[in-house]
Amino acid sequence: MSILIDRNTRVLCQGITGRAGQFHAKHCREYGTQIVGGVTPGRGGQSVEGVPVFDSVAEAVERTGAEATMIFVPPPFAADAILEAVDAGIPLIVAITEGIPVLDMARIMPEVRRSQSRLIGPNCPGVITAEECKIGIMPGYIHRRGPIGVISRSGTLTYEAVWQLTGVGLGQSTCVGLGGDPIVGTSFVDLLRMFEEDPQTEGILLIGEIGGSAEEDAAAYVSAHVTKAVAAFVAGRTAPPGKRMGHAGAIISGGKGTVAEKVAALESAGIFVAQSPAEMGETMKRALRKKT
Amino acid sequence: MKIHEYQAKKIFREAGVEVPRGIVADSPRAAGEAFAGLGGPMALVKAQIHAGGRGKGTIAEMPAQRGVQIVRSREEAETAAGNLLGHRLVTIQTGAEGKTVHRVLVEEGCSIAKEFYLGAVVDRGTGGPVLIASPEGGMEIEHVAAAMPDRIFTEPFNSYTGVQPHQIRKLAWRLGLPQSALRAAEQFVQAFSRVFLERDCSLLEINPLALTADDRLLALDAKMSFDDSALFRHADSTELRDLAEEEPAEVRAGEAGLSYVKLDGNIGCLVNGAGLAMSTMDLIKLHGGEPANFLDVGGGANVRQVIEAFHILLGDASVRAVLVNIFGGIMQCTTIADALLEAYRTVHFTVPLVVRLEGTEVEQGRRILAESELNIIAATDLTDAAQKVVAAASRRI
Repeated sequence: MSILIDRNTRVLCQGITGRAGQFHAKHCREYGTQIVGGVTPGRGGQSVEGVPVFDSVAEAVERTGAEATMIFVPPPFAADAILEAVDAGIPLIVAITEGIPVLDMARIMPEVRRSQSRLIGPNCPGVITAEECKIGIMPGYIHRRGPIGVISRSGTLTYEAVWQLTGVGLGQSTCVGLGGDPIVGTSFVDLLRMFEEDPQTEGILLIGEIGGSAEEDAAAYVSAHVTKAVAAFVAGRTAPPGKRMGHAGAIISGGKGTVAEKVAALESAGIFVAQSPAEMGETMKRALRKKT
Repeated sequence: MKIHEYQAKKIFREAGVEVPRGIVADSPRAAGEAFAGLGGPMALVKAQIHAGGRGKGTIAEMPAQRGVQIVRSREEAETAAGNLLGHRLVTIQTGAEGKTVHRVLVEEGCSIAKEFYLGAVVDRGTGGPVLIASPEGGMEIEHVAAAMPDRIFTEPFNSYTGVQPHQIRKLAWRLGLPQSALRAAEQFVQAFSRVFLERDCSLLEINPLALTADDRLLALDAKMSFDDSALFRHADSTELRDLAEEEPAEVRAGEAGLSYVKLDGNIGCLVNGAGLAMSTMDLIKLHGGEPANFLDVGGGANVRQVIEAFHILLGDASVRAVLVNIFGGIMQCTTIADALLEAYRTVHFTVPLVVRLEGTEVEQGRRILAESELNIIAATDLTDAAQKVVAAASRRI
C-alpha cells in the first residue's frame, strides 16, 4: 500500500511537447510510471516518445482512462491547465510548473476545492511511490520501498532527506512535495491523515520551511490524530527577516513563522525535530525506535 | 518587485485612491519649486528609498536629519532636500549602511483627524487576498500584531469581485470610523482592492491612512510590491523598477537566472534548490560559521550559471571560503563536476573551495574533481562539508 499513487495509476502529462514535459515524461516512464498520454492543444494525433498526444484533457481521459496528470504547462497558461484537468474530472493533479502568478492560483482554488480532484503543488517536485510510480521531477533512484511517508515543502531538500532515509535503511512508502508557492492545493494535514490510514506507512517525516503556519497546523493535527512516529526538520533558521529566499515562498513577517516557533510547536506535539539538516534520517530512526 | 512611494501614489491617484498632492524632485532647487507650486503654508519633504521607517530614519553623517521633514517655506524645502539628496538614509529596514536618496517627494500638508492602517496581501491560510486594517495608524504594523493582536482586523475578499461594500462597512465599524465618512471609505477601499487585483500586487500598504477633518480618507504613505511571477503581463509595472535601489549583485544574479541574497557572514554558498540552500546556511551556522549569502542555482546547474555564481560570490570582499553543495538529481554529478571544473578554471579563485556532491553518478563526479589536481576540498557529507568550510574560512583570517 501507499498513498495517492501506485503501480496501476494511469498518468497524463499536460505540456508533454515542451522540453521539460518531454524530458520528465520519459524519465517517469523509465521509472515504471504508466504514462498513458500527453496533452498539448493543437498537437493532437502526434506522439512524443511513443506516447499519444491529445488536444484536450477530456479527450485524453476518455481515450486512456487516466486517473492522474502532471502539469508542465508554462506559467501564463498553467492555472487554466489545472482547471482543464479539474473539468475533466481527473482525481489527482500534480502541478510542477514554477512561477504561476499568485492571484491566478487564488482565482482557481475555490473551483479546485469544490471539485473531486486533489491538487498537489504548484511549484513542487511531485509525488513518488517508491519502486512503483513517479509523477514529477525527483531523481527516482534514491528511493527505496519501505515504511516512511515523506511530506515536504521543499524540492532538493526532499531529495537530501530521502537519500538520508535510504542511507539509514529506511525505505519510503510515498513522498510528496507540497510546493513552495504561497497558495498550494494540498497541505501537511491532508497527507498526515492519509499516511495515518495507510497500512504500509509506519513513520512520517515532515520537511518544513520558514513562513506561513503550515507546520503549526501539522503539529496540532499530529497531536490530536496521528498515532505513528513523526519526525521533522524546518529550514531557514538563518534566513534574515523580510527577505524572500529564492522561490521558497519563505517570508517571515513580524516574528511569525520563524523556525523557533515552528520547532516549539512540533516538539510540543511529540514530534522529533532534527536540529541539523544532516540528521533528518537519523532523527526519523530515533522517532521510530521510540514508538515501537 | 518593490516600487517607490511616489510611483505607488501615482497609481493610487489614477485608480481613485485619494492621495495628497505631491511633486517629485531630484534637486534642492526642484524641491523649492515644488513647494511653491503646491502653494500651501507647509509641506513634507520625503526621502524616496525602498525601505520603511523613513520618518524615524536618519541621514548617516547627519543624525539630526530625518528622512521625512516638515517645511514651511521654499528655502526650507531646498535645505531639507539638500540634506537628503545624495546622502545615505539609515532606517530600521536598510541595515547600518543605509540607502542613498536620489529623489524626494514634496507633498502638501493636510489636517488629520485620525490615523489608521490599511493593507492587503495574499493570505496562505485562506488561499486568497485579504484586507488588513487597524485603528493603530502610523505604528509599525508588526508591533501592533505582536503587542495588540485584537487591534488588527482582517477581511478576506474575492479575487474576482474585490472587496464588497458590506465588508467595508464591517471594517469601518470595527475601526470606529464615523458614519459620515462611510461613503468615502467604501469608494476608497474598493479602489484600493481593485489596484491590488488589477496590478497583481503581493503587498499593498497605507500607513498611515488619514481621516481628514472633512471626512475624507487620504493615503499619506504608500507601499506597493508586485508579484514577480505576474510581471509578464504588466509591462507598465516593470518600467517602474529602480535598479539603483537593488543590491547590484542580486540584480546580476537575477539576470543569470540565479537567486541570490547577500548576508553578513564570510562563507559563500552555492546550492541547487531553495530549501537545500537555506538548510546549507543553517548548517554553516550550526557549525560555528556565518553564511555570506543565499544562492540558489535552480534544479540543474550549467557552466555559464556556475561561472556567474562564482563571480558573484568572489565579488563579495568578505567571503573567506566557498561551499558548493549540490544534490544532483536528474542532473548527473559528472555534468556538475565538469561545470565546476570549467568554472573554477575560468574564475580566478582566491579562497578555499569546498565541494559536496551527492546524487546520480556521484562516484564518477567525485573522481573527476579529485583527478583535476585543482585546489578543491572534497567533502563526503553535509556535516563534513560544513566543518571543512568553517575551518577553511577561519584559517584565512
